[in-house]
Amino acid sequence: MGKFKEYKNVWSFIETFDDEPKNVGLELLGQAKKLAGKLGEKVGAVVVGGDCARAAKAAAEHGADVVYVVENPNYKNFSAETHAYILTALIEKYKPSAILIGATNNGRDLGSRVAVRIHTGLTADCTELDVDEESGNVAYTRPAFGGNLMATILCADTRPQMGTIRPGAFKKEDPEPGRKAKVVREDIQVPTELLLTELLKFTPFESVGGVKIEDAKIIVSGGRGLGKAENFKLIEDLAAAMGGSVGASRAAVDAGWIPHQQQVGQTGKTVMPQIYVAVGISGAIQHVAGMSSSEYVIAINKDPEAPIFNVADVGIVGDLFEVVPALTEKIKALRSGQ
Amino acid sequence: MNIIVCIKQVPDTAEIKIDPVTNTLIRAGVPSIVNPYDKNAVEAALQLKEAYGGKVTVLSMGPPAAEAALRECLEMGADEAILMSGREFGGSDTYATSYILSQGIRYIGDYDMIICGKQAIDGDTGQTGASMSEHLNIPQLTFAVKIDVDGEYALVDREVDEGIMTLKAKLPVLCTVGKDINEPRTATMKGKMRAKRMTVKVVNSGDIGNMDPTKMGLKGSPTRVKKTFTPSVKKAGIKIEGKSGAQAVETLLGHMKAKAFI
Repeated sequence: MGKFKEYKNVWSFIETFDDEPKNVGLELLGQAKKLAGKLGEKVGAVVVGGDCARAAKAAAEHGADVVYVVENPNYKNFSAETHAYILTALIEKYKPSAILIGATNNGRDLGSRVAVRIHTGLTADCTELDVDEESGNVAYTRPAFGGNLMATILCADTRPQMGTIRPGAFKKEDPEPGRKAKVVREDIQVPTELLLTELLKFTPFESVGGVKIEDAKIIVSGGRGLGKAENFKLIEDLAAAMGGSVGASRAAVDAGWIPHQQQVGQTGKTVMPQIYVAVGISGAIQHVAGMSSSEYVIAINKDPEAPIFNVADVGIVGDLFEVVPALTEKIKALRSGQ
Repeated sequence: MNIIVCIKQVPDTAEIKIDPVTNTLIRAGVPSIVNPYDKNAVEAALQLKEAYGGKVTVLSMGPPAAEAALRECLEMGADEAILMSGREFGGSDTYATSYILSQGIRYIGDYDMIICGKQAIDGDTGQTGASMSEHLNIPQLTFAVKIDVDGEYALVDREVDEGIMTLKAKLPVLCTVGKDINEPRTATMKGKMRAKRMTVKVVNSGDIGNMDPTKMGLKGSPTRVKKTFTPSVKKAGIKIEGKSGAQAVETLLGHMKAKAFI
């Protein structure tokens, strides 16, 4: 490892939206801490934005030892060009050994640009992180082939070792209120000739059925077994009764029954709620890849052979059109009785 | 509007099964298809060509058999197809693949827009498109749900977690697309006849010329696969069978209470 002696510390890129830190960057700080601990290094966090105070505070409270802050009103909105220029400049100056970036659409753009620019490796959409004992490299593990296969990937010959990490793959650790980090402010001006893309307007999504599924404690998901879009009402009703959010399998999304922001699975979102209810979902590995870390799984399906039953704590083999309304009524009654 | 669409031939991952004895991937008999998102990319390109004129070239890197995938795109209506195929490309990670494809684009030359599928369903990285834009030093408008052109500019609606960014950038640009942007057309009989008369041009690094051998193939890939394994699956719990809806719900609620989930 001699040739990389000057590359030290594990960074998490703290993606923000509207200057608020998104969960994924804070989730990654827990992992950065784990890796840095094994490597005997420190944890860095990178915050770029218009007003970085909240994100920098959150990063410190979630375990960053050093927070690199690049603040400028022009940097409030994500731009691949701006953010890539800034992250590259920070890497060149401070030389981290590894960088973890959330595998959001923005994170994948940023990681790709930076990795190519500095000629290093980038492992996409990882769900497990560790240090390879043999070589001391970061071991990035990720699902491929629709979640059928896991691959552990090393970046042995270049630094920093970069990876994008799937949002929701790791739990955000509890913050330590008042914890302070060393704050390093850098005034980095992006040359105007590099600003090629102009943001004309931003249109926020309307939320469907409660809190965002990646943040939900309870999720009720519907699949192909529902048969048609109107039957998603059953899912919405059960989710409302349980105080949860509505999710879906790829089949339901592909059929156009529900927007794809609600999709759970390898090509959708990874969730780990306390309770996950899979209704009319067969449980293809594609789907299971996104929900198997849920604490308690309930499956309702008429096919006794459906693979979803292999990952369910409780499986009901039965007609969802009978079971789901009955469950909704019972839960409502329990709730109103409390 | 000259548009280059990058496509990949992939195994249909929905058809992949795990051998329950050896716990490995069964690839035999799994059909090879055009990566589904790449078909959306071809469709987006064809629609732009129909609106503004020009030409659609499909480009792929892969083994000789990938010609079939390019041919399928010709049948949809693409005008030219180029397959980059050579041993020197084998084992490329996203860094090397994006370099190789960017050199293929340099070889094609004149273009206003590059469109790629947002990710391939085998690798699922979603990095190759954005990495290409860095190699080519052009704007990236990824995860596009709408693409239009106004004179010298591309106007693109790009999806992020919180909503849609409407972006404007001067051509040439690179866009990546998912399923939401359109419904890819199926080839017509006429399209198939037209494609029969066309050839897929197969080139290697020598044909392209001036390619950097240190950026290609396994040797040019900064990442390496250390090991692969099948994901562990958690143990099944209880199964309630042969009961009425109401009975099943009672049993479920009893279990949930016992586990303190209600």
